[in-house]
Amino acid sequence: MSDVALELASITKRFGRLTALDGASLQARRGTVHALLGENGAGKTTLMRIAFGMLRPDSGSIAVDGTDRSFASPADAIAAGIGMVHQHFTLVPAMTVAENIALGGRGSFRPTQVREAILALSARTGLAVDPSARIEDLPAGAQQRVEILKALSRDTRILILDEPTAVLTPTESRELLQKARELVSNGGTAILITHKLRDALEFADDITVLRRGSTVWSGRASEATEETLVAAMLGGERTGAEMQRVTAIATDRNATVLSLENVSVRDDGGVERLRSVTLAVHAGEIVGIAAVEGNGQRELLRVLAGRMRVTSGDVRIPAVVGFIPEDRHRDALIQDFSLRDNVALLGASTRRGVMSWAAIGRQTRELIRDYDVRAPDDLTRARSLSGGNQQKLVVGREIEGSQTALVAENPSRGLDVQATAAVHARILAARDAGMAVVIYSSDLDEVLALAERVVVVHAGKVTEPPREYESIGRAMLGLPVS
Amino acid sequence: MTETMAFVVDMLLHATPLVITGLAVALAFRAGVWNIGADGQFIAGATAAAWVGVSVPAGIGWLALIIALIAGVIAGAIWAAIAAWLRSRFGVLEVISTIMLNFIATYGASFLVRGPLQEPTHVYPQTSGIVSGAHIPILLGGTRLHWGFVIAVALAVAAWWVMKYSATGFRVRASGVNPFAARSAGLIDVSRVTAFAFVTSGAIAGMAGAIEVSGVTFALYENISPGYGYTAIAVALLAGLNPLGVIGTGILFGALETAAGAMQRNIGIPSTTASVIEAIVILAVIAIAQLRTNRVTTSA
Amino acid sequence: MIDATSAFLEGVVRTATPLAFAALGETVTERSGIINIGLEGSIIAGALGAVVGAGYGGVWAGFAFGAVCGCAVAAIFALFAVTLRADQIISGTAVTLLALGGTGTLYRILYGSAGAALNTPTLDPASIPLLSRIPVVGRALFVQPSITYVLYVLVPVVMWWTYRTHAGLGLRAIGENPAAAIAAGIRAKKVQFLAVLFGGLLGGISGGTLVLAQAGTFVEGMSAGRGFIAIAIVVLGRWNPLGAALAALVFGAASALQFFFQATGSNLPYQLFLAFPYVLTLVALAATHGRTNSPAALGRQDFEQS
Repeated sequence: MSDVALELASITKRFGRLTALDGASLQARRGTVHALLGENGAGKTTLMRIAFGMLRPDSGSIAVDGTDRSFASPADAIAAGIGMVHQHFTLVPAMTVAENIALGGRGSFRPTQVREAILALSARTGLAVDPSARIEDLPAGAQQRVEILKALSRDTRILILDEPTAVLTPTESRELLQKARELVSNGGTAILITHKLRDALEFADDITVLRRGSTVWSGRASEATEETLVAAMLGGERTGAEMQRVTAIATDRNATVLSLENVSVRDDGGVERLRSVTLAVHAGEIVGIAAVEGNGQRELLRVLAGRMRVTSGDVRIPAVVGFIPEDRHRDALIQDFSLRDNVALLGASTRRGVMSWAAIGRQTRELIRDYDVRAPDDLTRARSLSGGNQQKLVVGREIEGSQTALVAENPSRGLDVQATAAVHARILAARDAGMAVVIYSSDLDEVLALAERVVVVHAGKVTEPPREYESIGRAMLGLPVS
Repeated sequence: MTETMAFVVDMLLHATPLVITGLAVALAFRAGVWNIGADGQFIAGATAAAWVGVSVPAGIGWLALIIALIAGVIAGAIWAAIAAWLRSRFGVLEVISTIMLNFIATYGASFLVRGPLQEPTHVYPQTSGIVSGAHIPILLGGTRLHWGFVIAVALAVAAWWVMKYSATGFRVRASGVNPFAARSAGLIDVSRVTAFAFVTSGAIAGMAGAIEVSGVTFALYENISPGYGYTAIAVALLAGLNPLGVIGTGILFGALETAAGAMQRNIGIPSTTASVIEAIVILAVIAIAQLRTNRVTTSA
Repeated sequence: MIDATSAFLEGVVRTATPLAFAALGETVTERSGIINIGLEGSIIAGALGAVVGAGYGGVWAGFAFGAVCGCAVAAIFALFAVTLRADQIISGTAVTLLALGGTGTLYRILYGSAGAALNTPTLDPASIPLLSRIPVVGRALFVQPSITYVLYVLVPVVMWWTYRTHAGLGLRAIGENPAAAIAAGIRAKKVQFLAVLFGGLLGGISGGTLVLAQAGTFVEGMSAGRGFIAIAIVVLGRWNPLGAALAALVFGAASALQFFFQATGSNLPYQLFLAFPYVLTLVALAATHGRTNSPAALGRQDFEQS
């Protein structure tokens, strides 16, 4: 039997005009943890989705245990012993843990049998779950355990984990990665997709680095250093990309621009998402929000941006607050509209009478110029722009549209290093110009790099722990900080 | 009058209700509202116009027409408002509610023309003729072609301008294409905007019914709409939901229906063939549009 | 009075049968995440198919061919909604229009211009021994055309399949979170396509019932919106096969009401009774708002988007 559990060779994949993968390769040895490293947009997830049969490669080969394979769908990959734990959980919220794990089986479905099998597997792997709990009632960490059990329940010999620490607190992340090491000690293979250098160096045996869809470095983790990996990931492109460490600027009590007092928000289902939150954001400061997804940060951001109504409490915000939502495709832009039409969205609700298209066109062209948006003209459709350029336009529209306050939700999501740097620069510039800025990112590093104040949201309550990694991590989990 | 001339007149006569209902449907679809109830709204408008036409004193002259048309617009708006309210308040799928309302409108009209509004001899299921003051003037002497066609074209042009240049039109378009971005980035009250578009759509379809009664039938009877509301869907989609395009496709389908009627009379091919062709047109438009979208969409 | 009630109850079950078939099929379809507005088209196609089939081979050949025709119409819809992933609402509407126009045209071509009345063999009510003796409901439930008994068997079978097999679990998962189903190795598009075909098959049988167990003839447009009412029944029945059958009884009662009032000699206009099921549909849809959980991914065009 081959030493290499999974080999992907010269994989090429194109989506229309976009080349996602260009001759990418990976060789994962059996019994190891293999880290697949790369910045956002490098092609890591695409490569692994091909390995899992969710996508077909345009060219290249896949070999499992030395045998060439071709996967028409995940069913084939699962049959070949490959399991995948996805970044965005592939669980059915309305169904129970048992039903989710049993999904994809054959024949008749006996709830009691399934339940027993799950409890056995759970004991064997040390991942505790309650088979009759409904997914939508479980916190992110528990849901991830279910995802992992689902992957392991099918006689999996190669386990792919896609950014598994993205939704976890620092403590939970460490536990998960340790668990991955335990799993491979039994002869299985784990492939860890991550953009976090430190995790790769600490927990992996081998590392493969992808940049712009190609493999640029591969070898033993013991032979790698932070510098070599960074150089491989970025390709020596120094575009001022280092996240600037912000020193605490003495905010001489600038005016309060955004103010929440005892604000509570109850959602449509009657669940309280924010509990008596009091928060003030001043002109010329950046407040960062740290939270584990689902703890109320989504609601907090939208209340601050004036996009969500509160059930009780006092909200004092300017008439127009700039908002950069996480899902830019759906919430920030109308993909099939031109850039000019998208800029026209600004203030669309209060406009009366006739649209002054000439003026809006001029405004759009200014934005394109000032914010370095790579687009032929203002009549181009938003859809034809790259993610980074779309985001630059959104950032420009929102900053210019408000001038006083800006709320950003995962603003660098899905962007490469250059675009991320550009967005960060804009956010800092907005702060320098005296705007009140609130930024949330599921990447704690990004929050700490930009914000001088950090507040934590946990179970709908807001606290402000000391501005350092450990304390914030504990606060995110609702643990006492000391 | 030559045969071609007769055909053109018939075509434009058929086209008038199709252009107006096509406009109504295009407007609704543009706003993201699946108004399949143009037929029921048409019937409501026709009923209201007929009721005005047989109830007003003859002495008020052409004022009768104005009142009848306004009544038709209001009736169509109300009929659509029922579905709009069910949609925004209860989340009822408008495709189902508007179709249900089509049936209810049909039975309502049937009841009226066999009951309270029936002509005095109580023999035929229809109203008596509307007063002459409620008739739409003839456009082309010696034919049945009336000014309703001009109203149709004028409405279409107005609708095109509003969609393209007015703030309201922009809000409607944005809400229809992407309600999420409209709400989040544009702060648009999507619920109110789409309800407004829905009701306006009904008003326009009601106008079509009122014009049909005031210009062609001069009375209300059962089956006043031979399915205009459904043909309107083909008219609207083929025009790419563009109000100006609707003029063209409305005339095209007017020609189709005229030809179908002739075919049935002369060759015996059932006139329902026209509805088959209309349905195929809709399917073809959907298929082409979707194939284009599928090629462009990238998934990663 | 007993006679009027008895006749009413029998009428309820008889009228509910075609609605229940259609709703049962649509329940399975919607559980897979597809809403088939073209169901009406399957029903009318099934009605015409039943006439044609029965003309050649008797009642059960009529049902079989009706089912095939209903399935064929649904296949067109599936091609658009599942394979092409076009918008389900407008595709379904177009398919219904196509079927309504198509059956009208075909009928005139096959059977004459104005649609003369035909002599199609029909199913007489068949009494089930013992069970039909049960007081009050015995006659209503167990003295029915035998196609109704097929329904009685089909409902528990579909229930078992949906909740006690992995295939049913997979179907339900597609309707809730297609990405999850695909990641678990389920071929979502194939399952959805089959679910639509199944709905069309039962829709065809529904149409066959209208002809072979009720009217005895084909009339253009005789489906009269039952396909849309069936969709409301699915909502009322909470996307559960048994719930759909029970909810169908409610609508059966609404339609049968006219017989009850006629029998007791009322003066209300008949249009009121004809309109009642449609009004009831609106009321039922409004009343069930927010209290039922539809399949989370129902109507979704794109498997990826949320």
